[in-house]
Amino acid sequence: MSQAVKTMTMAAALNTSLRTSMEQDPKVLLMGEDIGKLGGVFRITEGLQKDFGEHRVIDTPLAESGIVGTAIGLAISGYRPVVEIQFDAFVFPAYDQIVTQLAKIHSRTGGTQPLPVTIRIPYGGGIGSPEHHSESPEAVFGHHAGLRLMTASDPHSAYWVIQEAIRSDDPVIVFEPKRRYWMRGQVDTEAGTPLGAARILAEGTDVTLVTYGPLTPVAQTVVEQAEKLGISVELVDLLSLNPLGLDLLEDSVKRTGRLVIGHEAPTFLGMGAELSARMVERAFYHLEAPIARVGGFHLPYPPSRLEEHYLPDLDRMLDAVEEVMTH
Amino acid sequence: MAQITATEVEMVQALDAEGNRTPCPEYDDALSTLGAADLRRMYQDMVLLRRFDTQATALQRQGELGLWPPSLGQEAAQIGLGQALRPQDFVFGSYREHGVAFSRGLQPADLLGVFRGTSHGGWDPQKHRFHTYAIVIGTQTLHATGYAMGMNLQGRVGNQDPERDVATVTCFGDGATSQGDVSEALTFAGAYHAPVLFYCQNNQWAISEPVHTQTSADLYRRGEGFGIPGIRVDGNDVLACWAVAQTALEKVRSGAGPLFIEAYTYRRGPHTTADDPTKYRSGAEVEAWERRDPILRMQRYLSREGIIDDAAETELEERAEQFAAEVREACKAMPDPAPADMFSHAYREPHLLVQEEQENYLAYLASLDEEDEQ
Ligand SMILES: Cc1ncc(C[n+]2csc(CCOP(=O)(O)OP(=O)(O)O)c2C)c(N)n1
Ligand SMILES: [Mg+2]
Repeated sequence: MSQAVKTMTMAAALNTSLRTSMEQDPKVLLMGEDIGKLGGVFRITEGLQKDFGEHRVIDTPLAESGIVGTAIGLAISGYRPVVEIQFDAFVFPAYDQIVTQLAKIHSRTGGTQPLPVTIRIPYGGGIGSPEHHSESPEAVFGHHAGLRLMTASDPHSAYWVIQEAIRSDDPVIVFEPKRRYWMRGQVDTEAGTPLGAARILAEGTDVTLVTYGPLTPVAQTVVEQAEKLGISVELVDLLSLNPLGLDLLEDSVKRTGRLVIGHEAPTFLGMGAELSARMVERAFYHLEAPIARVGGFHLPYPPSRLEEHYLPDLDRMLDAVEEVMTH
Repeated sequence: MAQITATEVEMVQALDAEGNRTPCPEYDDALSTLGAADLRRMYQDMVLLRRFDTQATALQRQGELGLWPPSLGQEAAQIGLGQALRPQDFVFGSYREHGVAFSRGLQPADLLGVFRGTSHGGWDPQKHRFHTYAIVIGTQTLHATGYAMGMNLQGRVGNQDPERDVATVTCFGDGATSQGDVSEALTFAGAYHAPVLFYCQNNQWAISEPVHTQTSADLYRRGEGFGIPGIRVDGNDVLACWAVAQTALEKVRSGAGPLFIEAYTYRRGPHTTADDPTKYRSGAEVEAWERRDPILRMQRYLSREGIIDDAAETELEERAEQFAAEVREACKAMPDPAPADMFSHAYREPHLLVQEEQENYLAYLASLDEEDEQ
């Protein structure tokens, strides 16, 4: 094991990764609400303003369209802004700047103007919050060409996803699974090998279970429980939501013949709809059962006392695994 | 350093920090209409609001609420406005407007549901003429402006009829003034001469950001470029808040167009119970504002005037304790919603996908029960 392997929380991994990028590249700036002295409401930027100064870790006015719009201008002037949106649903005031400008300026300028902007969004539920603090809007942004979308499922992937996002000359939205911020795990800051768009976290032969972000740790318990029932589940963890690691998934599905897709976001027009359609196109004759999706309902995210009913959990995912095994 | 005296910050004041009644030329006539009962009610409502707020904070600590945004320190700004409203007025506010909410007849359980996680709103906005708390900052200011435009179109303004003419009010914070929605609300209100009062509680902080992170200008002047006159009032002086709000609301109802009030106050508690303000502000600043306590100020004034005495104080204390007990009970008695409730209101008319998902999910839950029984 390399010297650079440390055990830390996902929050610490993100903080370390941001710090590394700021040390390596003086053009990296952080912008957002309450990210300075407070270190962000989740403390992801803790200590960075103290060490890099107020001109590199910028507490902005309370205006998301303003934050993203000025980040675009800063990028045009030569910086690599990393924007923090405080909670998922508060990205919507910036939706216009993200989809009509950030996503399209590179194309509009005939490829002459790169926009290396990273937008970090804590997403997903499970922390008992009021409305607007638990949503999973990844598919909403997936529809707009020009934005790369990434997520992470453990501290190590969180560290590297931030590295890749900041290095990218395309705009990247990083969806950070907020209920996993306090999850601990090993981080190798010198790992060297790129994580890739998707990875296999458990090998199996009967069913492929694909998920990402906050549900990956739940899926790991699904793998264990299914094994007790005699079902061998292969777990695919997506780290990139656009582009998708379809080759890896196709290969897995062709071997297992069955696919279950899980995410917190609503299933209707969600990432699962796209994954399912692609696998039908690529692996139709290998499928032994209809593809099953487990996700949120076509409803506003409910009040927190009901969120356990909205969020896919071990039981619902295991149920789907058993269901596809009946074919 | 916080500027906190009326001489350092120009603002309308009727009571100084020691509770002395200071001359308030433009508003003395309005203030002279307040009788002893009105004054006692203002004081009492501030005391009850504070007791409610400390109780809600305690309920959060005990795990009965997920989160609580305290109104501590903002009692005068909220009760002063609340008591200046008429029944027909309509308020669109944000999540910290507990005092205004009580003045619209809302009950403690109504306000606690959102923070207990049993609902996203919890009351009928039309019935109380008080919209649900806005969480996405600034969004409500446009709704208020549109509502006011509707009142204009329906001839509900400028009839010289104090029982019928409607003022619409939107409450928002200093941080909110940075949102595009708030600027657009000012634009529409100015362009359509909408009968709306912009009531900004400048409590000096937006979570960890001091007001000078938002702007280097005076907030009460924000409306000027939109054609909306503004005024700053001492937000810790309930008499001044009442008088300025009352006068502005009358103007708005009479068809004078939109107005802007900045109530200059202070958020003495954390942003919410999840916040740790020691990370970003000094204890000295908080103490300086404690010395300008809105309740103490009114109490000194009223006892000096002989409007309240020790017996009245004791009675009010008992009433506040009784109220706190009711709040505790009401909170703990709130039932968790049933899973089926989640599917009830996404649409008003039946929706095929929602129906299908509801049937499937309830069948799944029933199958879990069966497994348990086996
Ligand atoms: C659009 C949006 N962005 C961010 C947030 C997160 N947030 C909640 S309250 C708050 C600060 C609000 O400050 P202010 O408007 O001064 O009101 P106060 O809390 O002081 O009453 C922030 C940033 C939000 N609710 N909505
Ligand atoms: Mg504020």
